[in-house]
Amino acid sequence: MARRRPTLADPHASSALAHQFEDLGQQHESASLGMWIFLATEVMFFGGLFAGYTIYRNMYTAGFVAGSHELNVTIGAINTAVLICSSLTMALAVRAAQLGKRIPLVTLLIATILLGLAFVIIKLTLEWRHDYLEGLVPGLNFTFAGPNARSMELFFCFYFVMTGVHALHMVVGVGVLFWLVVQAWKGRFGPERFNFVEGAGLYWHFVDIIWIFLFPLLYLIGGRY
Amino acid sequence: MATAAVELDTRVHYLNANYGIKSWLLTTDHKRIAILYMASITFFFLIGGLAATLIRIHLIEPNGAVFEPGTYNKLFSMHGIVMVFFFLIPSIPAVLGNFLVPMMIGARDLAFPKLNLLSWYVFMAGGILVLYSVIWGGVDTGWTFYTPLSTSYVNSNVLSAAFGVFIAGFSSILTGLNFVVTIHKMRAPGMTWFRMPLFLWAMYATSIIQILGTPVVAITLVLVAVERMFHVGIFDPAVGGDPILFQHLFWFYSHPAVYIMILPSMGVVSELITCFAKKRIFGYSFVAFSSVAIAVISFLVWGHHMFVSGQSIYAGIIFSALSFLVAIPSAIKVFNWTATLYKGSISYQAPMLYAMGFIGLFTMGGLTGLFLATLATDTHLHDTYFVVGHFHYIMVGGAVMGYLGGIHFWWPKITGRLYPDGWARLAAAIVFIGFNLTFFPQYMLGYLGMPRRYAIYSPEFQVLNVMSSAGASILAVGYAIPLVYLIWSMRYGPEAGPNPWGAKGLEWETPSPPPTENFEEIPVVSEEAYAYGAKEAHVG
Repeated sequence: MARRRPTLADPHASSALAHQFEDLGQQHESASLGMWIFLATEVMFFGGLFAGYTIYRNMYTAGFVAGSHELNVTIGAINTAVLICSSLTMALAVRAAQLGKRIPLVTLLIATILLGLAFVIIKLTLEWRHDYLEGLVPGLNFTFAGPNARSMELFFCFYFVMTGVHALHMVVGVGVLFWLVVQAWKGRFGPERFNFVEGAGLYWHFVDIIWIFLFPLLYLIGGRY
Repeated sequence: MATAAVELDTRVHYLNANYGIKSWLLTTDHKRIAILYMASITFFFLIGGLAATLIRIHLIEPNGAVFEPGTYNKLFSMHGIVMVFFFLIPSIPAVLGNFLVPMMIGARDLAFPKLNLLSWYVFMAGGILVLYSVIWGGVDTGWTFYTPLSTSYVNSNVLSAAFGVFIAGFSSILTGLNFVVTIHKMRAPGMTWFRMPLFLWAMYATSIIQILGTPVVAITLVLVAVERMFHVGIFDPAVGGDPILFQHLFWFYSHPAVYIMILPSMGVVSELITCFAKKRIFGYSFVAFSSVAIAVISFLVWGHHMFVSGQSIYAGIIFSALSFLVAIPSAIKVFNWTATLYKGSISYQAPMLYAMGFIGLFTMGGLTGLFLATLATDTHLHDTYFVVGHFHYIMVGGAVMGYLGGIHFWWPKITGRLYPDGWARLAAAIVFIGFNLTFFPQYMLGYLGMPRRYAIYSPEFQVLNVMSSAGASILAVGYAIPLVYLIWSMRYGPEAGPNPWGAKGLEWETPSPPPTENFEEIPVVSEEAYAYGAKEAHVG
């Protein structure tokens, strides 16, 4: 018995169903799997950086520890808290989308955006700017002179690439959330159509988790405490 | 005949469903996107082929017949970058895979049609940037962008070329993602994993490599760009960086990338051998799992590119052993295809000639790979023309033969028309002869010690180099002939009908060319793949 494609006259038809799928369940599973695979590519993308960092940290431990000591743990910890809160609002937003609650969805998405922007702004003004003024930015302004200056420079290369790529992911995420806010305001999401919110949520949590790994690797390890 | 031609023109199918440039550039139909890719990569193939032609002309004379050494460096870099990233990697997945994956599993389209179109635009953006880089000013690092050469020493367009490759990588990732989701979630009723055509197993394995490998080369190129732009030492030993780390990261993708090129061809060959021997595949599950095994092992062998570049000897030994492992699933495939031919009723139409050519040339390329995986012989052969011969036997003798075989096999399905079989067989024979004449001498040159990437060489190598260049001109003729008769057939070829080869598979059960939605009704699958001769067996 061949499965039939739902038509508009079909009681099971839904405007939320794209033409290539048979039913909403299949569509949801596909969107979900697609997002997880995308996150796997992101793991490999950051994985290259983590591998390089680990190898160099092993080769130049003293310089990397010294570099780590130049970072501000308090600000890093505050930013970690900000991101974890944003993950909470994001998870609640996904739930609101599934339940079709429009106003809570919009509110929670905006809260997530604000927390995300707070993270990037704190990073930019309190950390990167400070590093630049201190002469800790390789290639632009690196004036540190000490026994481990060269390997410390390597540490800061990785620090800026890793936190920079991470911040870029945050900015992209904020852009996606803006688009979701507009769609949510128009009432586009509901129990049949929440794949976009769910996918954006998975992405947002993933970017948070990257930070959860970056924070100890860059700030904490090295026998400071 | 006249009525048949009218039938092809009047019936609504994906090619005439709508007209105009917009209907192509904004299409989300996987079949049309496949054709966009086909046109694009043919163009890139011509660019890369032009560079190859100039290289072979230059190498006719020991002191270099035509170019300055710097220009020669730019030519072989252009040839490598364009052929690897813009022809071979997208070739079968983006053209035949796009066209066939939904049809073979009985779906109306890929899971994410808009993403599929996006991947073509991403590909073209990367391609145009790379073309700009290699033509206006050029790149002279080779396709490998080795540091610190690429970051500290050369003045060519490394940044824009690397950025172009970076962008195109996302096209490859998106295609792989689309295929994995489609194969997992969109199979028609009854299409179980072990009823899938082996082409799909090959595409699945390829997609895994695209998904997991490509991001690593992407971040590596980002680091190269950072080092080159800001003059910091990530890979430059002058500032504490390690160039071997670059090689590790680069080959972590770029060795599996070889399997992105060869696995899809293996999938095509499984389809061709069964159809033209009219037999079930011998050992279906072995062939299927050997694709997966190749994908998995491909991620564990990258270190064999660094046997002589400063990697520890213990790592070398382990990578050598792991590299030998790839030979096992590869050999399983070759033996199973050969066993499939046994007592088959074999017909030698053009696609079958390419498939047979593939088996022979791939075997040669694979066996010479064992020489290079062996530590001691690699010390002698590393960076010689032996390596060039080896990977051209895999990438051209393997991947391109498979691509051409697949194009000839599914051309009647794609266009609805037949090409002249006599010309096609002639072209297949010319390609085979020209290929061997081009690249077999390179094995000998490498064994005798001629290094690769040099614009000049010792006079004693001239005879073999002239043979290679002569072979290349024959190969060029072999590639030009199909271009002519395939384009001719689009207008003048006789109508093919739904299944001109008597092949099995869902794609042959729908008209040629297929309707936009592929099937009138979603099919229900009740038999395994390659059920050739099932009726006879039943009667017997």
